[in-house]
Amino acid sequence: MTTFVQLQPKKRMVEMQIDGRKVQATEGTTILDACRQLGEEIPTLCFLDTLHPVNVCRVCVVELEGSRVLVPACARKVAAGMVIKTNSERVRLSRKLVLELLASSVDLSTTPDVADWLVEYEARPERFGPPAPPAKDGVRDAAVPGHHAPPDPRYAATVAQPPKIDNDLYLRDYGKCILCYKCVEACGTDHQNTFAIAVAGRGFDARIATEFAVPLPDSACVYCGNCIAVCPTGALMFKSEYDHRQAGTWDESRQTVTRTVCPYCGVGCNLDLHVQDNEIVKVSSPLDHDVTSGNLCIKGRFGWKYVQNRKPRTD
Amino acid sequence: MRRVGVVDPISIDSYLSHGGFGALRRARQMGAEAVIREVTEARLLGRGGAAFPTGRKWESVAGAEARPHYLVCNADESEPGTFKDRVLLESDPFALVEGMAIAAFATGCGKGFVYVRTEYPLARKRVENAIAQARDRGLLSIDIEVRRGAGAYICGEETALFNSIEGKRGEPRNKPPFPVQVGLFGKPTLENNVETLVNVLDIVTEGGAAFASTGTKDSTGTRLFCVSGQVLQPGLYEVPMGTTLRELLHGHAGGVRPGRTLQTVLLGGAAGSFVTPAQLDVPLSFEGTRAIGATLGSGAVIVFDDTADMKGILLRIARFFRDESCGQCVPCRVGTVRQEEALHRIQARKTIGTVKDEMALLEEVGQAMKDASICGLGQTAYSAIQSAVTRLRLFDGATAT
Repeated sequence: MTTFVQLQPKKRMVEMQIDGRKVQATEGTTILDACRQLGEEIPTLCFLDTLHPVNVCRVCVVELEGSRVLVPACARKVAAGMVIKTNSERVRLSRKLVLELLASSVDLSTTPDVADWLVEYEARPERFGPPAPPAKDGVRDAAVPGHHAPPDPRYAATVAQPPKIDNDLYLRDYGKCILCYKCVEACGTDHQNTFAIAVAGRGFDARIATEFAVPLPDSACVYCGNCIAVCPTGALMFKSEYDHRQAGTWDESRQTVTRTVCPYCGVGCNLDLHVQDNEIVKVSSPLDHDVTSGNLCIKGRFGWKYVQNRKPRTD
Repeated sequence: MRRVGVVDPISIDSYLSHGGFGALRRARQMGAEAVIREVTEARLLGRGGAAFPTGRKWESVAGAEARPHYLVCNADESEPGTFKDRVLLESDPFALVEGMAIAAFATGCGKGFVYVRTEYPLARKRVENAIAQARDRGLLSIDIEVRRGAGAYICGEETALFNSIEGKRGEPRNKPPFPVQVGLFGKPTLENNVETLVNVLDIVTEGGAAFASTGTKDSTGTRLFCVSGQVLQPGLYEVPMGTTLRELLHGHAGGVRPGRTLQTVLLGGAAGSFVTPAQLDVPLSFEGTRAIGATLGSGAVIVFDDTADMKGILLRIARFFRDESCGQCVPCRVGTVRQEEALHRIQARKTIGTVKDEMALLEEVGQAMKDASICGLGQTAYSAIQSAVTRLRLFDGATAT
């Protein structure tokens, strides 16, 4: 007699309704997965497939029937009988406000897609007033929880501040940080387990910081650059990319991406070399690669200068 | 509150001589299931502010498969104008310890925590002493540990409190999963407010039905109200649920000072809402306040007479929420800033557009905070301001320049 051994518990399906359309979703997946299954576009900022959802940006909120408040599509697990609206007035208002609140306080100039969303949700970040002048270097790092200066009625408060350039490999431009927690997750238990950075401070003064806000070379950072790989706004950036942008020579239309295997050790990490004018300008790894999940170490991420040291042949 | 001022708060013998630990003995005789049945029958609603049915919570934790179960007493009383738990902790700490012992017995909790705000040093000392004495007498079957907050309002939120106990940053978690399934250290957790746990003693002693005979149909028992502000006799009052606000203010707290008139009452603290003198006949019950769009919240009743500068109070409330937002989610982190800025612009007569435009802006920001914030802090950060705009008509005469 033949017996069958089931290796994995059978995935159960749940039936739910999204914007009036019935959908069968796999138990354990999220509303966002179900929306994608239907081809519905939901904006996300703090979500990334390779990280645990922290659902802090709230741009993906949807209306769930029976729920007092909106729910984050990226984290809320599907359940049988859910009735969801992804584009109701309430949803659109909250998304508009989230985008306005971010765009009025953070430099989103290097955040992909956000310009389109601002148009789509008719966001007008300028209605909170002109942005306040940037804070001097270190001022935001020293903010004390529970205290803030009275608001200046002429301006809207921002997180603008000079970028932190304290090493040759990458820089931290926290004027562009939306506090999505991705870098903290990547540096912590989701990927690297180095814990060089965490959120410090409270409220609007909350910020990503090294221990006691020391410069990166004095911190626990191991320069794997996995935080750069997950940063959605360009707040964390290769120094090489930053220098090009400052010089006005950064041009993605002139760049090619070449996939190769890291030459340093036997793990076999895939590298995507971003090349502009025959010069490597940054290195990433594919998120869906089963070895790296987008992660690299300092060697793969930054150890490519030797490729470009082309001395004239002497023979 | 009947033991407050009667029982010596540092002597277990004094507490025992007033019938102390009788409820725990009775609970053990009844058995865990019967205790939960009585709590459910009492229709006790949580006294921390959210008014969740206590019986249902106990039942969920008792039935949760994962082990161990944790018991957490939320004594991080941080809502402005609230001081009821402080009085209980300082003056009747053994009752809390007994209430926790009953809760742990009924729901199978292996360990208990009391999370006391750091601003209550005496309360902490008294509770620590009560736990130690009860343990020495062999009255406790579980270990109870006292943990201290570090001065953050947000850590009174039930899941931020877990993070704080776990040594993490005090940030609320997304729900679901709810604490009864995945709570402290990822285990099923029963979290109750101090007043809720103390209420359990009477429920066990007298039975759920007897407890439910006080108060209203949907809000049973008595409630502690913290009356403060411009009132003749501020203080902590225990009255049956359903007592009108008028009776509390005039019958108990003496009303406003002679020659003054009542301007408004802030019900439920900074996260609550303002009610007008015309609404004084509201019954102080969960359903009664809900009917007028207000809330009992944590039991704070802050009184303002005609001399109070309400616009200044609003600025203070807005500043409070901006200071106390943990900064995790965008609507609350930036929304509380934009809210404070708009109020300052109105105050400084430097509005963007008209005052009406600023009101519309506040309303939209408030709506997004209410709808899209992770936790109760952001969800209620606009509540008091909204009620000042709609009920007190505070900005009706305001001009742009």
